[in-house]
Amino acid sequence: MSSDSDPILTDRPWLDPGQEPFIRIQAVSKQFGAFVAVDNVDLDIYKGELFALLGGSGCGKTTLLRMIAGFETPSSGRILIDGDDMQDVPPYERPVNMMFQSYALFPHMTVEQNVAYGLKRDGLDRGEIRDRVDAMLEMVELATFRKRKPHQLSGGQKQRVALARSLVKNPKVLLLDEPLGALDKRLREQTQYELMNIQDRLGITFIVVTHDQEEAMTLSTRIAVMDQGAFQQIGTPTEIYEYPESRFVADFIGSANMFEGRVTGHSGNIATIAVDSLPEPVRVEYSALLHDGMKAWIAVRPEKIRLSKTPFDDDSLNVVQGIVEEIGYYGESSTYRIRVNPGLRLEITHPNLRRPRDGRHVADWDETVYVGWEPEAGVVLTH
Amino acid sequence: MQRSRFGHLVERLQSSWKFLVIFIPYAWLLIFFLAPFFMVLKISLAELRIASPPFTPMIATDPSGATVIRLIFDNFGYLLQDSLYLNTYLSSLKISIGSTLMCLLIGYPIAYAIVRSTPVVRNILLLMIILPFWTSFLLRVYAWMGLLADQGTINDMLIWLGLIDAPIRMLYTEFAVYVGIVYTYLPFMILPLYANMEKLDASLLEAASDLGAKPVTTFLTVVLPLTVPGIAAGSLLVFIPATGEYVIPDLLGGGNVLMIGRVLYNEFNANTDWPVASAVAIVLLLLLVLPMMLYQHIQSKEAK
Repeated sequence: MSSDSDPILTDRPWLDPGQEPFIRIQAVSKQFGAFVAVDNVDLDIYKGELFALLGGSGCGKTTLLRMIAGFETPSSGRILIDGDDMQDVPPYERPVNMMFQSYALFPHMTVEQNVAYGLKRDGLDRGEIRDRVDAMLEMVELATFRKRKPHQLSGGQKQRVALARSLVKNPKVLLLDEPLGALDKRLREQTQYELMNIQDRLGITFIVVTHDQEEAMTLSTRIAVMDQGAFQQIGTPTEIYEYPESRFVADFIGSANMFEGRVTGHSGNIATIAVDSLPEPVRVEYSALLHDGMKAWIAVRPEKIRLSKTPFDDDSLNVVQGIVEEIGYYGESSTYRIRVNPGLRLEITHPNLRRPRDGRHVADWDETVYVGWEPEAGVVLTH
Repeated sequence: MQRSRFGHLVERLQSSWKFLVIFIPYAWLLIFFLAPFFMVLKISLAELRIASPPFTPMIATDPSGATVIRLIFDNFGYLLQDSLYLNTYLSSLKISIGSTLMCLLIGYPIAYAIVRSTPVVRNILLLMIILPFWTSFLLRVYAWMGLLADQGTINDMLIWLGLIDAPIRMLYTEFAVYVGIVYTYLPFMILPLYANMEKLDASLLEAASDLGAKPVTTFLTVVLPLTVPGIAAGSLLVFIPATGEYVIPDLLGGGNVLMIGRVLYNEFNANTDWPVASAVAIVLLLLLVLPMMLYQHIQSKEAK
């Protein structure tokens, strides 16, 4: 098959119609009493993916993960792993392992005993258990801590023991529930790359539940954005960020300037939209199905808007004028909040390409500036 | 200047307050526990005499006028000579260990079920465990006499159902004593177990299951080891009072069941042999304290 040789398809198996999904979630719902935690979702995850379920608390992402692990039974629908229906398979017989948010290390066992626990349940002989535990502790760099009990470890060390324990059985799928949630920022970033490395090396399919969009963006091959028990959008980090399909996704991932208006015309791939809060219509590239007069929103990312003290000479831009209200200096970039009119403020991220001269930024507080963006910078959203 | 003086005053009041808070319970224990203990110890080292009090003083003046301290260990020797005491101790231990195990076997699943139930059900179940305490202990034991007697409720019922022809003898047997002790002390097993199990993180059970442990294995490798403190606390709370129990063997066991509480009572009241009775009490205390100290020792070693 062509996919064997096509590097684009081996990295993006979901685009390859010849690929069989490894995990299939089909019309799965979960109710707790009257509350619908997961609402009729379908999802295919492919072998070797690092898939992120992203959403706020109570969106159903953890419930979905727990159904894959077998701790919850779907109210309806079915889950297949590697072709097998998981309906009547208890957690202890599923080819998946989970890394718990609380790590759930056994407090009465040493690091070594924790990692060996799963292997002992498989009835492997002592020698093999020792070898595999050794190799795993080596990988997570905890070999010298093998005799310690969990309460003698730091947060980062516990996290690595939990990871080792869930990986040592060589599961087909590893489920990670907020794996980096309890770590501080520096350790988070470091562990993030370690996780990606391990996933790449072992080729195990990872499903990560997280509420942290940055974590989802950097870690994963694909992201499913969840809200109220349903998927709002499934796609690669780039797709999710650059081409959000709804106002919810545009708002949830990163930040976006949102303009509400009505479509007044469209030709080619450029639509003209009369924005309620702006005197001039805005021109924007579109791919959604539009018709004149329909309600629409334009989302523009803060870093895709240009800022200037002088008028732009490019007349293809959408340009408005405003006053600098606030400046947030982050070092590598600054965020400017521009008041266009009493009802409209724009957020713009501008890279600090040069050092500020005499302490002056690209624009200063209370200065009148020009703000412009290309039609390709925005996305038209219809819901 | 003034403020720092005021600060000193507050500090001093606080430290004396702290001292008071710690001192009161210790004083209580000293006066009402340690002092009586030494009195009993003293009496156990005296000799019986027909007088009031019915034992010889520890410090006396001998005919030559010198003050002597007399410590007589004969009472302890006497306990060893008469096999009644040894047999009674053994019988007491057998009954208290047996009923502790039964309490554990019955109480453990009950405590586990309570922890696993929804908060509303949990409160109702806990209330039902505590509810019997609202009735007098003596009344409850008498109720068991009514249930277990030859013409009691249980025998009447069985005969009425036609399951038996003649009543089964239950009252005034060891069985009745077991029933009474297990029934009375079961809450003391369930409550510490409940307190221990409530702290057990449910995700640990899920983790075990996730790693391939069947429910039985999860229980044996995770739940059981982590509830050892609860088992130990509950067992001690049942074992210690059960060993010295007097009312239950007296009312439900009659003369057929030997327990140390009854012997103690008889020595004090029927024989008015206070020194021997005190010796019996001291030996009982040692029997109970030694295993506790051993357990403490093991626990503190493990904590390291």
